[in-house]
Formats: sequence, structure tokens, C-alpha cells
Amino acid sequence: MSAPPSGHGDPRVAFETAKLGLWTFLATEVLLFGALFTAYTVFRVKYPALFQSEHLKLNRVLGTLNTVVLITSSLTVALGVEAIRRGKARLLEKYYGVTVLLGAVFLCVKYIEWTEEFHHGLYPGTNIFFSLYFMMTGLHGIHVLLGMGVLSYVIVLSRRGRLSEAWYTPAELSGLYWHFVDLVWIYLLPLLYLIG
Amino acid sequence: MSRESTAARRTYFIVYAALIVLTVVTVLVSYVNLGLLNVVVALLIASVKASLVALFFMHLKSEDRLVWGFALVPIAFLALIILGTLVDTMLR
Repeated sequence: MSAPPSGHGDPRVAFETAKLGLWTFLATEVLLFGALFTAYTVFRVKYPALFQSEHLKLNRVLGTLNTVVLITSSLTVALGVEAIRRGKARLLEKYYGVTVLLGAVFLCVKYIEWTEEFHHGLYPGTNIFFSLYFMMTGLHGIHVLLGMGVLSYVIVLSRRGRLSEAWYTPAELSGLYWHFVDLVWIYLLPLLYLIG
Repeated sequence: MSRESTAARRTYFIVYAALIVLTVVTVLVSYVNLGLLNVVVALLIASVKASLVALFFMHLKSEDRLVWGFALVPIAFLALIILGTLVDTMLR
């Protein structure tokens, strides 16, 4: 006697469900950052001259460098997931290791930028542009830090032999999260550094 | 199987190259004063980059409609929130 196909226990369905769960989480993340993007839009429309003059005080070269770093880290994550799909756990660990390293590089560059700005007397309380700048890059930086933690955890799982081509859900989900963090930065670069 | 994965990797590298080129373009354009058009171009390029990341790196391209819904509905809500807030603050 066979049970009706409910899907429960089917690893394929479990994988799809897990992904859907992560997309749901990303939906809440869109709205979390969305509040700041909304504030940005409102004040950008209200004080165009202030945003124009203040955004020129940011370091455009370092902002661009960090964009390249994050995009590269997205590539290494994508390659890592692709590796574990073929059952290559060691390769996944290498790619994710490089990604964590690139995340650290990103945060170091961000640290240098913030230090530079503090030296020039630019603080979160300086004006509305810098309030938004520090809030948006700060919240994003926290996400990078959390992402590094999650990716490191996946590396540990993989080292313990828990991941294979048959089950690599943690690698896939952490990858989706990391790409989202990259997505947010893709918008922060033009909004803060390029058009202010 | 291995041919398939080679194709997947090639796609990732092509997408990566496109993302880097678009980044360079958007930074270069920002040094040219186009007035209001600067904002339009920068946001357009950012959206193309975001779409590339979502479609290929996040595999949205091969996901079913349900996942597409989960990806797009929050963006529609965000647009609504920004638009609504803007209308309110501008007409106040």
C-alpha cells in the first residue's frame, strides 16, 4: 500500500521548500533595507544640493574597488555551489574560503573609508546625507560580517563530510544570502558614491 | 554532466565579466555631467547588474513561478512604499 504523494520526506521537495524559505527571508531583508532606501529617496528629493555637495566627499575609488571585491566574491560563491553539485567538497571549501577572505577585504576597505571620513570630521550626525551613508553602509557591513560567519559554518560542515551532490542545501542557501548582500551593494554604490 | 557543468562555469565567468564592465561604465559615466540623466543611467545600470546576479548567480532563471513570485512581490511592495511616502512628503 502506498501513501498518497504528499511530498513530505522527498529530498527534492525539501530542497525546493528550503530555497523558498530563504527567498521569504530575503523578502523581509528587502523591506529592512527598503526603509533606508525610502528615507534616502525622500531626503534626496528634498535636499538635492546637499546630497550633490556631500557625496563628493566620499572616496569613489575605494567604493568602486569594494564593488569589484564583492562582485568577485559572488562569483566564487557561485562556483562553490557549482562544485558541490558535482560532489567536489574540497573545491567548495576552497571557493567559500576565498569568499570569506574577500568579505574580510571588503570590511577592511570599509574601515579605511570610515576612518578617513572621521578624520575629516564627517560623522553620522554631520548631516542627513552622512546619517544615511553610515546607516546604509553600516547595516550592509553587518550583513557582510554575518555572511562571513554563515559561509565559514558551511565550510566546517563540508569538512566534516556532511555535504555531497545529494545534499548541499546549506551551501545553496548561504550562497543565495551572499548574492543578496552583493545585490544591496550594487545599489549602494551609485546612490551614495556616484549620484548622491 | 561534466559538459553541463563546464557550460555553467562559462556562464558564471561571462556574467562576472559583464558585471565588472558595467561597474567601470557606471563609474566613468558618473564623472560626466548629464544633469538628471546621471541618476537615470546609474539606476538603470544598477538594475541590469542586479538582474544578472539574480538570474544567473541566484539561479532565478531556472526557478519556477512560485520562487519568481517570492522574489518580485517584495520589490513591488518596496516600490509602493517609496512611491507612497514620496507622494505624502512632497504634497505635505
